[in-house]
Amino acid sequence: MNTSIQAEQEITYREAVREAICEAMQKDERVLLMGEDVGRYGGCFAVSKGLLEEFGPNRIIDTPLSESSFVGTGIGMALGGMRPIIEIMTVNFSLLAADQILNTAATYLHMSGGLFNVPVVIRMATGGGKQLAAQHSHSLEGWYAHIPGIKVLTPATIEDARGMLWTALMDPDPVLVFENSSLYNMKGKLSAGTGQVDIDRACVRRQGKDVTIITYGICLFKSLDAATTLAAEGIETEVIDLRTLRPLDDETFLTSIAKTHQAIIVDEGWRSGGISAEISARIMEKVFYELDAPVQRICGAEVPMPYAKHLEEAALPQVDDIITTVKEMVRKNG
Amino acid sequence: MNTKSTSKKAAAMIDRAHARHLLYQMLKIRRFEEKCVELYSAMKIRGFMHLYIGEEAVAVGIIDALKPEDAVVATYREHGHALARGVSAGSIMAEMYGKQEGCSRGRGGSMHLFDKKTRFYGGNAIVGGGLPLAAGLAMADKLQGKQCVVCCFFGEGAVAEGEFHESMNLAALWHLPVLFVCENNLYAMGTALKLSESVTDIAQKAAGYGIKSESVDGMDVLATQSAAEKAVAYVRSGKGPYFLECRTYRFRAHSMFDPELYRTKEEVQEWKKRDPILIFVQCLKDRKFISDKDMDELDKKIDAEIKDAVAFAEAGTYEPVEDLTRFVYS
Repeated sequence: MNTSIQAEQEITYREAVREAICEAMQKDERVLLMGEDVGRYGGCFAVSKGLLEEFGPNRIIDTPLSESSFVGTGIGMALGGMRPIIEIMTVNFSLLAADQILNTAATYLHMSGGLFNVPVVIRMATGGGKQLAAQHSHSLEGWYAHIPGIKVLTPATIEDARGMLWTALMDPDPVLVFENSSLYNMKGKLSAGTGQVDIDRACVRRQGKDVTIITYGICLFKSLDAATTLAAEGIETEVIDLRTLRPLDDETFLTSIAKTHQAIIVDEGWRSGGISAEISARIMEKVFYELDAPVQRICGAEVPMPYAKHLEEAALPQVDDIITTVKEMVRKNG
Repeated sequence: MNTKSTSKKAAAMIDRAHARHLLYQMLKIRRFEEKCVELYSAMKIRGFMHLYIGEEAVAVGIIDALKPEDAVVATYREHGHALARGVSAGSIMAEMYGKQEGCSRGRGGSMHLFDKKTRFYGGNAIVGGGLPLAAGLAMADKLQGKQCVVCCFFGEGAVAEGEFHESMNLAALWHLPVLFVCENNLYAMGTALKLSESVTDIAQKAAGYGIKSESVDGMDVLATQSAAEKAVAYVRSGKGPYFLECRTYRFRAHSMFDPELYRTKEEVQEWKKRDPILIFVQCLKDRKFISDKDMDELDKKIDAEIKDAVAFAEAGTYEPVEDLTRFVYS
């Protein structure tokens, strides 16, 4: 009997997040989960189903629809010695709490001259693809990555969904975790005992010599699918999962570009002023002379997310877009 | 509200040393801020600076009722609260000088005074932003089984913010140990209460959330102190939040950039007749708690303290520019 196979379990991204929350609550009494419908309803994406029964209402706390106040309360709890996990249903709703995230969580340590750090973790769903239209589907994590004082995590893999939370909770500063809502049902293998992972390094998810694809979140899987198709045609892409948008680990993608000399950024977020623009700028600043071709970006179309399926698909980066762009690059530049 | 009887009763209860201490604190805040104005004109202090002159009885009366383990969340008009809470005048002055010996290392300035030792959580300059924070601190204390009170100051302008209503609801819903203190000075910067609120009785708004609430004459330090004692005892006993509206008045402009076009000089003069310090001095003299000689001594003591604070700030040093990005992350 192969013990390593036995130790591996197949779970969904949703279950991985739930396990991570469970483990954190078991390990540390200061940890609690607070947000809209996290308790009796079980979480709007069913992430926290069953946790109220297991941990009780003092640690799984349903809140009123008061994003600004329950995020601010979470910040206050963190200042007061707790380790709260605050869940916001979607990134669009997080804008109601943007004041607390930017003006309080991100500033407190600095404006108090180092006296008060804010160890809060704020999780939220992000991204489109579920026909939820223009007020539930955006990808604003790149926007949050603009803000010094917070960390911005974008776990794509099951392992990261499982392992990033504990590291985030042990971080002395505010950490935002963006879970792409289309990933919750994704299944994958996870070794038993998979523990915490680092939250400050990008990761090469596929090795390749021809073109570097820099991406994160759900676009990682679209990029990996594209890479498989391209490999069948003899084009070897290197796929980099950023994992964390702030602090941005540029060393990993710069090193890759020094090898491939061509780079594409794939991001569900809007192109103008987005994280893709930042990555592109860093490439220009640091490895311009390594490039054989201009950096290309495949981003979300600059529209509020439409409802109709065909329009939503057209608004989001798709596998075919990646394949076409890579092929075009290789055709032009060899 | 019968502020007169509250005050008389309170005056009868208080002992001489305690009364003198309250006066000392109010006078110290007044003199400290008068010095700040001078230093602002001399360009030693820059940025926004909001003076508390006229409102001293509120911070002094309320904070007097707190214990050292309690927490304070204040606004951007918080010099008085920081001083009353025991943050050193020197470290506050140095902060306004932008020196690294300042209570926030010169990173915060007048609007962002912080102190760990006294659990002084700022210095919050987004109106209403401190309220959820106070709720969170209270919840943390409660979950950790501490018998602490979180005292949250805010102006009546905050009452128009959504965060006020959200926080009232949360604090009441979860029975949080917060003492909400609304410093109603009648103007949200330049907009009068009656022009910004459909219901101007602020205590009534808290009552609407099921929070025990009361209005008090915020120009009367004894009335304020006595109301605070009662409120703090209520909160500490675990009965939930308490809301105190302190009716007060700002004698000076909103900030250093305010020509005060929105109120008349006569109105200001009328309120100055109720100067909390003048009234209290008279009260103490009537009760023979203080003599002219005592007053001279008190003045001298405070002058010396302010002088020391300025000297401390002057002697302070600037943080090296190389340290600019420190404290963004721990």
